[in-house]
Amino acid sequence: MSRPFLLLVLALVSSELFAQVGDRANGKEVYEHWCSSCHAPGARKHPGTSALEFIYKGEKSGVLEERLDLTPELVALFVRNGVKIMPPFRKTEISDKDLLDLGAYLSPQR
Amino acid sequence: MRYPPGVSQSDFDRAVRQFESSIGAEWVFTDEADVDLYRDAYSPLWGEEEEKIPSIALAPQSAEEVQSLMAICNEFQIPVYPVSTGKNLGYGGSAPVLTGSVVLDLKRMNRIIEVNEENAFALVEPGVSYFDLYNYIQEKGLDLWIDCPDPGWGSLIGNSLDHGVGYTVNPYRDHFEAHCGMEVVLADGDIVRTGMGALPNAETWQQYRWGYGPWMDGLFAQSNFGVVTKMGFWLSPAPEAFRSGSVQVMRYNDVHELVRITAKMMYSGILNSNAGVQSPMQFAIGQNPEMHERYERANEEDIRILDEFARSNNTPFWSSQFKFYGPREIVDSSWEYVKRQFADIDGVRYQDQESLNFPMPYEELMQTADENHLGVPSMSVFQLGNRSNFNPAGTNGHLGFSPVVPMTGEAVLESNKVLGRVLREMGGNTVFNVPPYSYHQRTFTILVGFTVTRDADTNRKTREIFRELVKVAAEHGWGEYRTHTAFMDDCAAAYSFNDNALLRLQQTLKDAIDPRGIISAGRYGIWPKHIRDTEGKGVATINVSKEKEGDSNV
Repeated sequence: MSRPFLLLVLALVSSELFAQVGDRANGKEVYEHWCSSCHAPGARKHPGTSALEFIYKGEKSGVLEERLDLTPELVALFVRNGVKIMPPFRKTEISDKDLLDLGAYLSPQR
Repeated sequence: MRYPPGVSQSDFDRAVRQFESSIGAEWVFTDEADVDLYRDAYSPLWGEEEEKIPSIALAPQSAEEVQSLMAICNEFQIPVYPVSTGKNLGYGGSAPVLTGSVVLDLKRMNRIIEVNEENAFALVEPGVSYFDLYNYIQEKGLDLWIDCPDPGWGSLIGNSLDHGVGYTVNPYRDHFEAHCGMEVVLADGDIVRTGMGALPNAETWQQYRWGYGPWMDGLFAQSNFGVVTKMGFWLSPAPEAFRSGSVQVMRYNDVHELVRITAKMMYSGILNSNAGVQSPMQFAIGQNPEMHERYERANEEDIRILDEFARSNNTPFWSSQFKFYGPREIVDSSWEYVKRQFADIDGVRYQDQESLNFPMPYEELMQTADENHLGVPSMSVFQLGNRSNFNPAGTNGHLGFSPVVPMTGEAVLESNKVLGRVLREMGGNTVFNVPPYSYHQRTFTILVGFTVTRDADTNRKTREIFRELVKVAAEHGWGEYRTHTAFMDDCAAAYSFNDNALLRLQQTLKDAIDPRGIISAGRYGIWPKHIRDTEGKGVATINVSKEKEGDSNV
């Protein structure tokens, strides 16, 4: 990812999203619709979980919903940029509002 | 904002204002950060000058909005590239063939218009994914199965139009074959319905596919003649049971009988799902230079020694897996019947595998060997190329070279050797090499997979090997069934009978149906007249002229 694009993403995230509070209930729906097929528990059938278990080797959970260190910024970064075989998600798939809600759902309750 | 090739900035600015008033500014993506989300995440051209990048993206919500957008594009001769869910990863994703095209993102058109349990069909829009239809059927408790490809997030319509395939039974597993009836918006914004859909108040649009007069549907698959906005699909009544098992034969030359009988069982309808043929000896032979040399040469003496090598490993030379779907008595007796057909092969072995009864709870379905073979969409296939102990760095995607070969033992041996030789001589980044498999009813398809990286030199080498495979396969009479956008001209060029007569016919149709050449320029090698090679010398020169055009205007 290019540095200008990263800065743009962070700027958008901070100016438009952080100022708002995400709807965790909708975030859960977004998670179940778009994320759980790769990130649900069970590494054998869920490649996102499998990859994260490989990376963290027990230091952190491979299941996104069990993570205690996710932030809306980090969630937005991966959703809009993808990582390795996970492609980015377009705004017709996960809108900015849905992304805000997803970030709220996956972040520890503040 | 990026601009498309061949369109003046003032015209494009006017068109964008019209797009915004047609579908709302919110759904006209012009910021580069938003448009970059449409880059092909698995592009083998990533970051290179040749990478195919759109100018802007439009996201209509209805067929009427598509009509309105197409009329505007037609007026200003703006190249437009429709995608359904944009998840055709490995085949181009949501990026166009012609850089600077406007992506028409149909993801918001996600209505499941009808699912009919009694006559077992669905009518859907392009944004409906396999997950969406599966969940709908489960929520309503309908006694129906879908047939899904490996990843479940793709579009039924997009996959079918690209000749995608799945794993349950005929005819549902060939997704274009399982469709019935389309609604299509043409380049000028006109809208047509095919088959019985042309009859106002049609009551059999999704049951009788031929309609009246010439059947048009084939024109809209692997092509660029229209934008499909609705499509019907036949569904299977949920079967009562599933059975799988494998037949294993011990000697090199047993492959001929193994495949001959498999084909006969398929053509007789006893086997009504996919089957393939693989060699359990492949790894051992690959690790042994002497045996590998003998396998390549395969004279009488070599075969005798290879057979002895397999015997000393107590490993069958070949095996095939068979699957049966239907009532319990029928799947059990079909498997017994199939086993008996192989009984004359000396030393044949059988292995019973899964035996399942339906309905099964979702959690149990996800514990089976492969839920996709049971009509359950998932993302399991993305384990391939994932970061793991085998591949700590992971990959940035994949693409596949997939020629169609005859369902004969001879073709199994020949394709294995010919393609294997190219891969070995050229080196490269092959990640998997799937043995011959009957993705379609009467042929085997080979699937040579490549990893895609973010390193241009590695990707360049992959493209070089891919193109050599296309060329060598064509010399043997094997052509691709489907390909990535980076290789569409190469694969089209291989279908060259009578000075590319088929492509010339497709170009004639293109010029008639889309005279201003705005839809999906270059898709499956079909270029519009105004940027086609003017001397009509074939696709190689079309490629050159297209690149010049793109460079000078974008």
